Amino acid sequence: MPTDTLPNPEKSPERSSGELIRLEQVTKRFGDNTVLDHLDFSVDAGKHVTLIGPSGSGKTTILRLLMTLLKPDEGTITVDGQKLFPATEKERREVRKQIGMVFQQFNLFPNMSVLRNITEAPVTVLGMSKDEAVERAKGLLDMVGLADKCDARPAQLSGGQQQRVAIARALAMRPKVLLLDEVTSALDPELVAGVLDLLRDIARTTDITMLCVTHEMNFARDISDQVLMFDSGRVIEAGPPEKIFSEPEHDRTREFLSAVL
Amino acid sequence: MKWDWSAVSDFMPHFWDGLLVTLQILVLGSLVSFGVGLVWALLMRVPTRWVTWPVGVVTEFIRNTPLLVQLFFLFYVLPEWNITFSALTTGVVAIGLHYSTYTMQVYRAGIEGVPVGQWEAATALNLPMRRTWTAVILPQAIRRVAPALGNYVISMLKDTPLLMAITVLEMLGEARLFSQQNFQFTEPLTVIGVAFIVISYLASLALRALERRLAH
Repeated sequence: MPTDTLPNPEKSPERSSGELIRLEQVTKRFGDNTVLDHLDFSVDAGKHVTLIGPSGSGKTTILRLLMTLLKPDEGTITVDGQKLFPATEKERREVRKQIGMVFQQFNLFPNMSVLRNITEAPVTVLGMSKDEAVERAKGLLDMVGLADKCDARPAQLSGGQQQRVAIARALAMRPKVLLLDEVTSALDPELVAGVLDLLRDIARTTDITMLCVTHEMNFARDISDQVLMFDSGRVIEAGPPEKIFSEPEHDRTREFLSAVL
Repeated sequence: MKWDWSAVSDFMPHFWDGLLVTLQILVLGSLVSFGVGLVWALLMRVPTRWVTWPVGVVTEFIRNTPLLVQLFFLFYVLPEWNITFSALTTGVVAIGLHYSTYTMQVYRAGIEGVPVGQWEAATALNLPMRRTWTAVILPQAIRRVAPALGNYVISMLKDTPLLMAITVLEMLGEARLFSQQNFQFTEPLTVIGVAFIVISYLASLALRALERRLAH
């Protein structure tokens, strides 16, 4: 794997240690339904955190808040010491540069080639020269095993291939934080492993902070430094994967794990 | 009723002139309706009533008053305020503006049809709003609605004879002029009737080819 194309190879001490993401007293309601209830949690730089829990427990909402696709009703969210909420749209744009997201439904741009899906944002947002963006995109496509698909349209790819392009597209922005929202849930079963292996590689070889919502418990066990168990908008249990998966303390965690494992 | 081929051949030079004008109206009017309709559609998405309310009123007004009235208004009333254009320019603007109030609805449907995930991906990549529109949303929206826009071009073709009312010599205008000068009505009117069918048919063939291409 060509490591020069990977984002954030420079491991500065202040980046790989200390707090990167902080949520304080974050509340999010949809109508009468309180999805997140005065939630506090933080993630240290370089850590891989997996959010597990029953559907509707607020895991995905956290990722969407961090990507600014939703606004919290109350509370503050800080990334790398800069406010994401409350903040002006302009400040938010700055903070958002550090965050990338991969979606359940891939959300590639169907009107662009695979290559341009990846170069579009580096060129228009980061101001990278076109040549450099193309070169880096090709490196990333090589990394995700799709070097021969530069000129293909997303519709010509399988779900697994599309998701790998989406991962390359997110990495092209050199994010400090990568949000993974049930990235294998929409895939045919035989395509899941390829995507998860790619994410394992990225987790192992980069210092990107990863927040991951997934139902793939083996994957969660492999990559996570910390697992957070959600229920009804609250973190009811947190700890390293060995502990959560082997000796959970909370009844709800035990119930949930016995249902999904 | 007698059919006189010599009247047909006498009319043909006038017919070509008229055809050229009709096609000019159609092409330019379509471009105006595509451009202005898009502007209306985008303005209707501005998140303040100070914009959407007046745009809504103006476009409802244009859509719900007859094109013929609008043509007369632009041609006879505007000059009273010292705004004068040629008859053809006035006609193109009027027909384009009139149809823009229809194409705006087509664009709206196309824009709303773009999956919300596309907006979310654009946000996740931090694309500026303008770039999100021009590179992501509009290309997909327009691709979806290109056949519907094409249908309005065919509708517009059938409204082009209205421009005769403001002295534009398109096909019907040429036919009428010829008829009145030669007292032969059947031949010129039949010729332009056939011409309208042929143009419509060719346009619908082109449209179907376009639809097939966009389907992939």
